[in-house]
Amino acid sequence: MKPTIVKARPDDVQKDASMILQKEMMARHYDRLCDAPMTGEKVASTFVPGNLNELIMCFDLVNNLPEVNAIQSGLRKKSGQYIMEAERSGHSEDVCTYVKSDIGMMMKGNIGPNGRELPKPDVLLLSYTGCFTFLKWFELLREQYKCPTIFLQTPYMADGKITPNMIQYMVRQLKEDVIPTLEEVSGVKFDIDRLREYLKKSAQAEDDLVAVLQSAKHKPSPIDAYFGGIYYIGPIFGAFRGTDDAIEYYKFLRREVEERIAKGLGPITPDGTMEGEKYRLVVEGPPNYTSFRQFWKMFYEEGATVVASSYTKVGGTYDFGFRHDPDRPLESLAEYCLNVYTNRSLPMRIDMLVNYINEYEADGLLINSIKSCNSFSAGQLLIMREVEKRTGKPAAFIETDLVDPRYFSAANVKNRLESYFQMVEQKRSGKGAAA
Amino acid sequence: MTGKTTKEIVARAEALYDDLDFTAARAWKEAEPGRHVIGHLPIYVPRELIHAAGMLPLGIMGGGDRLEVIHGDAYYQSYICRIPRSTIELGLSGRLDFVSGMLFPSICDVIRNLSGMWMTLFPDVYVKYFDTPQTFEDEIGGQFYIGEMRELLEGLERIAGRKVTDDDINASIAVYNENRALLRELYALRAELPWQAPASEAYLVARAGLVLPVEEHNAMLRDYIDAARATRRPIKDNAKVILTGMFCEQPPLNLIKSLELAGCYVVDDDFMLVARWLTEEVPTDGDPLEALSHAFLHHSMSTAAKYEPDEAEKGKFLIRAMERTGAEGVIFASTSFCDPALLDRPMLQHVLDEANIPYIAFKYAENSGQMQPIREQAGTFVDSIKLWSAA
Ligand code: SF4
Ligand code: SF4
Repeated sequence: MKPTIVKARPDDVQKDASMILQKEMMARHYDRLCDAPMTGEKVASTFVPGNLNELIMCFDLVNNLPEVNAIQSGLRKKSGQYIMEAERSGHSEDVCTYVKSDIGMMMKGNIGPNGRELPKPDVLLLSYTGCFTFLKWFELLREQYKCPTIFLQTPYMADGKITPNMIQYMVRQLKEDVIPTLEEVSGVKFDIDRLREYLKKSAQAEDDLVAVLQSAKHKPSPIDAYFGGIYYIGPIFGAFRGTDDAIEYYKFLRREVEERIAKGLGPITPDGTMEGEKYRLVVEGPPNYTSFRQFWKMFYEEGATVVASSYTKVGGTYDFGFRHDPDRPLESLAEYCLNVYTNRSLPMRIDMLVNYINEYEADGLLINSIKSCNSFSAGQLLIMREVEKRTGKPAAFIETDLVDPRYFSAANVKNRLESYFQMVEQKRSGKGAAA
Repeated sequence: MTGKTTKEIVARAEALYDDLDFTAARAWKEAEPGRHVIGHLPIYVPRELIHAAGMLPLGIMGGGDRLEVIHGDAYYQSYICRIPRSTIELGLSGRLDFVSGMLFPSICDVIRNLSGMWMTLFPDVYVKYFDTPQTFEDEIGGQFYIGEMRELLEGLERIAGRKVTDDDINASIAVYNENRALLRELYALRAELPWQAPASEAYLVARAGLVLPVEEHNAMLRDYIDAARATRRPIKDNAKVILTGMFCEQPPLNLIKSLELAGCYVVDDDFMLVARWLTEEVPTDGDPLEALSHAFLHHSMSTAAKYEPDEAEKGKFLIRAMERTGAEGVIFASTSFCDPALLDRPMLQHVLDEANIPYIAFKYAENSGQMQPIREQAGTFVDSIKLWSAA
């Protein structure tokens, strides 16, 4: 039996009120960024994992995230031409397509999603968390923008724990490099109480975000924690963490989700509410953005909801208890960076996915392996085996790319998904999935 | 001088290179009870600490083009470089079953994730991801690095069942200082008289240092340098070039030979960085961890896996190598799908463009078979260099 999609207005893309609110916030942010040359606000470019928005705000800087720009280029189907542009200028076809999309966008006038030119950064805050590519990416941007570059290294959580040596290292970098340089660039003196205030606000929003993500434990799940989840994490992984706007948004979102639970509703999809949840999945890896809606549709059309995903933890693993802590401001920023998903060791990633499958009562694991992303992809085949072994639930592997349309083959992905759903059915009916 | 010929020395080095069972390291371990071998991947680990604990550091550079990868491919997608899969193959096929520990230096996400895979696949082996600082102030990166070295030492002490003293480490630094000095001498010889010490030979001799005890390797280097100086070889009309980008997954030996056949004198490269990482003599009379840290932060090689804090310095190591060796061009040879090398490459090329230095670029894998295109590309490059210098 096919699931029903309840359509209110058939030809329209359906959105929750929270999605509209989120969109407005993002639009406002992009306008603020593009207005910066007029308003005199200074811009700090930085990365999503290990994004120190609270600290950036202490210096009245506006946060610009090149990964989010690449996502926007992907969604607007511009990334393909940007990537080609970068390749024509000497970048290898083998490397991370986020970088090439960003560089290509820069070469083509740096036009943001609002159709306006994005400003040059006044400072590159290279917070190196969970991916070596970041390091090269900002070296490449520094070459173009010739602006001060601040380096903040997050040690890798290889042994599954945070050691005092790691925290000390990060706090020293913050105190002796990052903060003094941000003071210099911005002309604003650092005020630790201001930071504490922002961190307090972050923690509030984080509580609500966790409640939203964990609502997927309900049956049916009121949210899709991957495709929908990407909307939910936008404000907190981006430029809003630590603001009143974020607190309001997550409160609003939480209420909306609680209402959905009360009404027994499934997740909202671009085609309306999905009813008749058939499969509950855990997804590892980033999505494809160039065919985002088409990709999502392949799930909801089959009645598949993603109940937990690792990708929605790249900007923080709040569901395992971490909260920004105003009483230990710098240490807490360090712990935040250390904890992001891509900074977690492979055994930790396996534990996390196993835990999701059990806690969210999922039918299995789906891995979307990104061709150009070593940070996520190297080791995913072992992750798949281990998770299957430890949960007894079937796992499947698909391959796409984040923003390179050349690597999204709809027919292949659909085939894989269909056979995966069959595997889940077989498993349920006790026939096993040996074939 | 032992009177060994270059041929004899290179033959021994090549036998070590060809031996995928690491027989020499196994024999070293079995020679005395209680001995341990610690494997490590490229680019850099402080081998002094392993040596000071009475152990043999064993450099693992993948399986090359001689290893049949049967299991390893099941662990990696086609769009990931080859070294991790052939390393997994070495592990799963039992070729590394005599190794008590494995160190995974912080080079890139692939090696980083491989450390976790090793923990999962080989739970009885001591596995350490060896994190290194990317900030270079003594009080910041240096303190962190000393902390990391202490952790490594504790791990090694647990395996050895004994404490490692500062004197032990200082003594080890001294032997490795000698090793580094000899390697510098070998590279200087190559730059000065490249026909006397061809790159393919020097490569094998340097690479033997990954599997031999350092004392033995020092003797081999000494012998080779002496023999290479003493042997008269014909001078060819080749062009001197620098090879860069080969710091991790290794090219097949044939690739280096093909470059030579195409008319290149390869006078500098980034092979076996572990042995050449520290560029100056490390003091042996103070706190050894501080000395190693200081050397790491202030006197170490530049490579794609390292952050360059000073933009003006980016790529300058190539210009300096050109001046030091008298090279006439640069060959960028990078492993397919190697993000660090390939993302770094355009920045280095811009530096060379500005300095009017010619270069070419190609990609390879450790099991690349077809050398013809590379030979042709390199041949054309050499011709153009010659034309250029004649003009
Ligand atoms: S995590 Fe992956 S997609 Fe993101 S910058 Fe790193 S390599 Fe690129
Ligand atoms: S070849 Fe490059 S990408 Fe592959 S493991 Fe080595 S450094 Fe990493």
